[in-house]
Amino acid sequence: MRTYFDKQLQTLNDEMKAMGALCEDAIALAAKALSENSRELAAKVPPISSALDQKERDVEDICLKLLLRQQPVAGDLRQISAALKMITDMERIGDQAEDIAEIVVSMSGCRQEEVELLNSMARSAIRMVTDSVDAYVKQDLELAKQVIAQDDTVDDYFERVKKSLVDIMVKEPDMGSCALDLLMIGKYFERIGDHATNIAEWVIFSVTGEHRSAELSN
Amino acid sequence: MCENNRGKNIIRSNKLNLYYGDNHALKDISFDIPENRITALIGPSGCGKSTFLKTLNRMNDLVPGVKIEGQVLYKGEDIYGKAVDVTSLRKQIGMVFQKANPFPMSIYDNIAYGPRTHGIRNRAHLDEIVERSLRDAAIWDEVKDRLNKSALGLSGGQQQRICIARALAVEPEVLLMDESTSALDPISTSKIEELAMELKSRYTVIMVTHNMQQALRVSDYTAFFLLGELVEFGDTQTIFSKPADKRTEAYITGRFG
Repeated sequence: MRTYFDKQLQTLNDEMKAMGALCEDAIALAAKALSENSRELAAKVPPISSALDQKERDVEDICLKLLLRQQPVAGDLRQISAALKMITDMERIGDQAEDIAEIVVSMSGCRQEEVELLNSMARSAIRMVTDSVDAYVKQDLELAKQVIAQDDTVDDYFERVKKSLVDIMVKEPDMGSCALDLLMIGKYFERIGDHATNIAEWVIFSVTGEHRSAELSN
Repeated sequence: MCENNRGKNIIRSNKLNLYYGDNHALKDISFDIPENRITALIGPSGCGKSTFLKTLNRMNDLVPGVKIEGQVLYKGEDIYGKAVDVTSLRKQIGMVFQKANPFPMSIYDNIAYGPRTHGIRNRAHLDEIVERSLRDAAIWDEVKDRLNKSALGLSGGQQQRICIARALAVEPEVLLMDESTSALDPISTSKIEELAMELKSRYTVIMVTHNMQQALRVSDYTAFFLLGELVEFGDTQTIFSKPADKRTEAYITGRFG
């Protein structure tokens, strides 16, 4: 029963998976460009970000069509409305990866040791994004909760990055411009963690019907 | 949250069981119906929702071989009690059916029929009742110049509103609607839905509907019936966004069976 509708929901899931994969590609590339200080790799990020913009439109189309033609309720409605909210965060993740890549292209004079901490931060952020999308596709409540818990790790990294950059600026005023670039990059990774958290919160809504923000305000 | 806003209950079904011969059509139905709200009864064909609706004004009494156990309390009084006068019960709990069934007489006489039965003869008083009922049923402007014409000459949607006006003419407190829009076009349907929402400030409306979107649009509370059982009852938004029972979810998302 409702075979056609179920097929369309599967298409939506496949598109979300594809969009999630693009997000991972974008930030993994941006992080690699940073760690290898490679302009060539950095130049590959903007096209992925554009592809994410296009995917956002595609998924919106699917969701609006399903809302209009299938008039979903209960779990179906939650899944579709969660997807509609999540793609905004996914698209922003692409933008931030692009912002990071842009800084990498213009950045100069940064030493590998300063970048190291950011590399670890990037790995945490990438994992959050991967897990949040997986959690949606598998409707996995536990994984979504883990993503939300992981955000603290990324935030801690950002605090450590800030501290180390302040140290550098005090000790080596010549490195000021590099420190500011790295601070911006750190902030973008921190924002990416927040977007992954938002995605995970919508997964929780999709599974349980409760949004975490409502839970927190109670 | 909604529990607090529910206000008073007007009808309580208490362990209601109904048998048509060997067929156990309603099984232990217990729930309270809130006053001045619209309650929708949903469920697949044969689930007992219409049977339940009919027990509320004793329309099942006429079915041969019917046996009813348990209680239906209307304002605290068992409507199956010995002292209950069924005619006066039906004056308080009126019904509108799936198919519009105006009497083969003038529009005026259709509406005046009930009040006359209850002894009102004064022409001015009847005029007043007819106008008020037709206005309440949102059809006055369409028929005020043809009150003496046959009600059978009206469209399906108009006939259904005449039937609603006829039910309102005896000033009931509860209006039972049994798939009252299922034979109507979307415009007539939305007129009757709007009407139900208007009426709930003064009446309690209980409607059986096969149209899930209709239950969502108009009802405050929804009861889901399956195989003679009440599976779930709750505020409509909760039932349709996160139903507690898997069977409710399967039915409303169209994955039943």
